[in-house]
Amino acid sequence: MDYTPHTTDDVRAMLEALGMQELRELFADLPEALLEPELDLPAPMDEQAILAHLRELAGRNASAAKAFLGGGLRPHFVPSLVPALAQRGEFLTAYTPYQPEVSQGVLQAVFEYQTMIAELTGLDVSNASLYDGAAALAEGVLLALRQTRRMGVVVSQGVHPEYRQVLATYLHAVGAELRTVALEGGLTPPAEFDDSVGAVVLQSPNFLGAIENPAPWVEAARASGALVVYVADPLSLALLKPPGEWGADIAVGEGQPLGNPMNFGGPQFGYIAVREKLARQLPGRLVSQTYDVDGRRGYVLALAAREQHIRRAKAKSNITTNAQLTALMGAMHMAALGPEGLADVAAASVACARALAEMLARLPGVERVTPEPFFNEFVLRLPRPAAEVRSELAARGWHAAAPVPAEYGENLALFAATERHDEDDLAGLTAALEEVLQ
Amino acid sequence: MKRDFPVIFERSRSGRRGTRPPRPPEVDLAGLLGAENLRSAPPRLPEVDELTVVRHYTNLSRRQVGVDTNFYPLGSCTMKYNPRVNEAAAALFTELHPYQDPETAQGALQIMYELQEYLAEITGMDAVTLQPAAGAHGELTGMLLIRVYHESRGEGEQRRVVLVPDSAHGSNPATASMAGYQVREVPSGPDGEVDLDALRAALGPEVAAIMLTNPNTLGLFERKILELIDAAHYQGVQLYYDGANLNAIMGWARPGDMGFDVVHLNLHKTFSTPHGGGGPGSGPVGAKAHLAPFLPVPTVKREGERYVLDFDRPQTIGRMRSFYGNFAVMVRAYTYIRMLGAEGLKKASAMAVLNANYLRKKLAEVGYKIPYDRLCKHEFIAQPPEGLKALDVAKALLDYGYHPPTVYFPLIVKEAMMIEPTETESKETLDEYVEVMAEIARRGLEDPEWIAHTPYHTPVRRLDEVAANRKPVLRWRPEEG
Amino acid sequence: MNIPEDRRYTASHEWAKPEGNLIVVGISDFAQDSLGDVVFVELPEVGREVEAGEAVAVVESVKTASDIYAPVAGTVVEVNEALADEPELVNGDPYNAGWLFKIEPADASAYEKLLDAAGYAKVVEEES
Repeated sequence: MDYTPHTTDDVRAMLEALGMQELRELFADLPEALLEPELDLPAPMDEQAILAHLRELAGRNASAAKAFLGGGLRPHFVPSLVPALAQRGEFLTAYTPYQPEVSQGVLQAVFEYQTMIAELTGLDVSNASLYDGAAALAEGVLLALRQTRRMGVVVSQGVHPEYRQVLATYLHAVGAELRTVALEGGLTPPAEFDDSVGAVVLQSPNFLGAIENPAPWVEAARASGALVVYVADPLSLALLKPPGEWGADIAVGEGQPLGNPMNFGGPQFGYIAVREKLARQLPGRLVSQTYDVDGRRGYVLALAAREQHIRRAKAKSNITTNAQLTALMGAMHMAALGPEGLADVAAASVACARALAEMLARLPGVERVTPEPFFNEFVLRLPRPAAEVRSELAARGWHAAAPVPAEYGENLALFAATERHDEDDLAGLTAALEEVLQ
Repeated sequence: MKRDFPVIFERSRSGRRGTRPPRPPEVDLAGLLGAENLRSAPPRLPEVDELTVVRHYTNLSRRQVGVDTNFYPLGSCTMKYNPRVNEAAAALFTELHPYQDPETAQGALQIMYELQEYLAEITGMDAVTLQPAAGAHGELTGMLLIRVYHESRGEGEQRRVVLVPDSAHGSNPATASMAGYQVREVPSGPDGEVDLDALRAALGPEVAAIMLTNPNTLGLFERKILELIDAAHYQGVQLYYDGANLNAIMGWARPGDMGFDVVHLNLHKTFSTPHGGGGPGSGPVGAKAHLAPFLPVPTVKREGERYVLDFDRPQTIGRMRSFYGNFAVMVRAYTYIRMLGAEGLKKASAMAVLNANYLRKKLAEVGYKIPYDRLCKHEFIAQPPEGLKALDVAKALLDYGYHPPTVYFPLIVKEAMMIEPTETESKETLDEYVEVMAEIARRGLEDPEWIAHTPYHTPVRRLDEVAANRKPVLRWRPEEG
Repeated sequence: MNIPEDRRYTASHEWAKPEGNLIVVGISDFAQDSLGDVVFVELPEVGREVEAGEAVAVVESVKTASDIYAPVAGTVVEVNEALADEPELVNGDPYNAGWLFKIEPADASAYEKLLDAAGYAKVVEEES
């Protein structure tokens, strides 16, 4: 099955117009030695056959719709209208809105998304999206280094370990120095920064789920001239004091909890928001309101001179394709739920996580490591390696106990709960864990 | 009186509710979370009912064109049909968490493993990572592979320069900078191909890599590619293949056979996954064996009948993305490759090249200039007839229901219009497009006032971009509404 | 194209004009015209030491961004703050109100080595 509409007559007529007899002539400018390699690929399939094949593959996966797994990515309720609207062909099959007259749909939706993210983070300006939380963090830190013209970065160990790994990869490339401050009792201890430090990074709720007090880091950064990059789960911001109010300069995070399925880890979207004075340092696309020649309000891509297609080697970032549709799903989700609905989701997640943590910590040999207060993820110390426990729980139909990297301690497991879990789910997981640990 | 299309915040009414999530239990949030940690006021998100949300976005979508609505020959972007079966396929795999026990995600891991194998086969490379989230992200991954490779040989300090042709995508030099390199531009010759002598002269012990697109951004195959790569390899220079234009040569030639050391692909271009108004995409990277030890972790490996995530790569460049990449995009590309097979991919490229050459020929017949008028691959550069501007032709096309080509790129051609029809457009579509282009040229030359003020029939007309860039308004505020 | 004779120029289209012991720097009428509507000017930090030919500022239009090079070596002592709100001054009055920055030159004679109006006119002629 292919999707070419050409009939035999079409091909003949078109070749004729080019003075050619056969398709091979279209590749006459390639070195003969390269031509027509035999590709060893499976035989073609029609639509019915591929769907049957994929269903069989899907059957080899266990649904994580009720997973108690976290790390910034969780099963959350998504209103049915979100995927329905996102699948509209006009949104799905457009590309970057370089022709604003016929791209007002995407442009206005992005403008609204930018506004929602700014509101959520308590900052002034959001861009149109980045790939994911980790890339958003790396870009946020690079932005801070550009602005401060410094090459030092201090990151709390409370930041998601995979984000820190991505950050390390990006920083190695530009020769910046990365220092990690270890957690103490599950929280980021106060730190001081010298004048080589351009960016300090902390996450709240942190990787262990604990809500941090960012004030000491913000004050220390102010004193040394560094900018504060704050990693925040956007759902938590429905309830918690936003990064802007804490005094952060840059907020970044993973957008999945806003209207996106887990998708085995991707795609979702990364967000980044900054204070007004940093807007021209932002990587990626930005949409601005403006007016047309008849005085009608409309939207265009703005400040493109920051970007790779104009600034080339001196661009703020190399990013072009971002995570537009998934970010718009986030916007649709926020529009559908509104501030109250989003707060309800967050509150239900918090309450559910609290109840689960209490139930699980009562099991013998199980101890909560995450200090209070925590949001909707938490870490338990188990009597055995988490990977084993996860595997045995999975055999009983429960997805929980994600292994926490050893840098945080031995036998630690990450749990999460959301509004998708009910009392039976909590009791079921507790019973299964009890059985596994006996 | 023309009314502005409202932003969703203007449709908001205090206290109105949309979708109701599960009701939370009565809890003391201040007690659970700490009163000092709570927001002083809720975020000012819109308060709208469901029907308003549905109508708002549905009507917004009607102010937007996509491949599903219009011919969209946007050069370098491969705006081919995005099969609906891809969407059905992706929907089978949404409820998977990256941290679930890999034993319970064997189907997903098998897709990733097989896709790695297919992409390696299609490109002629030895190993593939699926982690990069988009083409430019793949570029950065690939350049870091090269960097760490040189470092591993003790040449990291010495090789500080990356060569990029002046016709390259802007992301190439931007990527080289992000990878910590200095960028040196190599001029194109009068034939539109990289000037081999200039390139030879630019090679040296300080050069780490050359980033090339082949066919290049003019749509021309670099005919001296084998000599060029030999000359570079002789000097220890690595060859990077920007796969943005792979749609031209699938099944006809492979970058790996040309001698490239590393390649990135854009699954959202070549492999039919939707562009989503700007993303998400996916940018897998293929590497030759000598670069494979440096690939980001994890990759997917097969052990007997099981598929496992392989983190054991001591020389890795590290991680490029959280989790495993844009899996749902991979599922779509996997579906596409399995449906087309080797013959289908080869035919897709042949039809893409046939369409481009046919259009090149026909547009030349109606007065458009073709600065490099020879056999092209999947795209070509045209210029409007003397007296017209590419921008105005683009704006006029909007009124006729076409998405314009890429304009003013590549930078080395004045008034460039970069046209990529793709293989999924029929001969009738191309013929009608040529008629419209002819009419625009004729009418534009006769009536300069008309073309200078096009479009007339779009949701908005030409917008004040100068104001938007001088005093950008990047969010809605009540007082501005 | 307006090329005043009371100052000197570079081949990269900056102008330089002595003012006391300082050199005022801007871009030529030809440069502003080729850039189109200027939307933003990124200016150097006051106090920055610059080499002759070093990229020290950026003038942006909607679809391009051009580096501005220091015509002479020295220290940036003042920048045109008015451009933050009115970048269009660079278009409307490139030789006066649209100036970019002032340099205290490291070597007072460096100015003399720049192109005079006639020399710059030839550069413009070749490029247009």
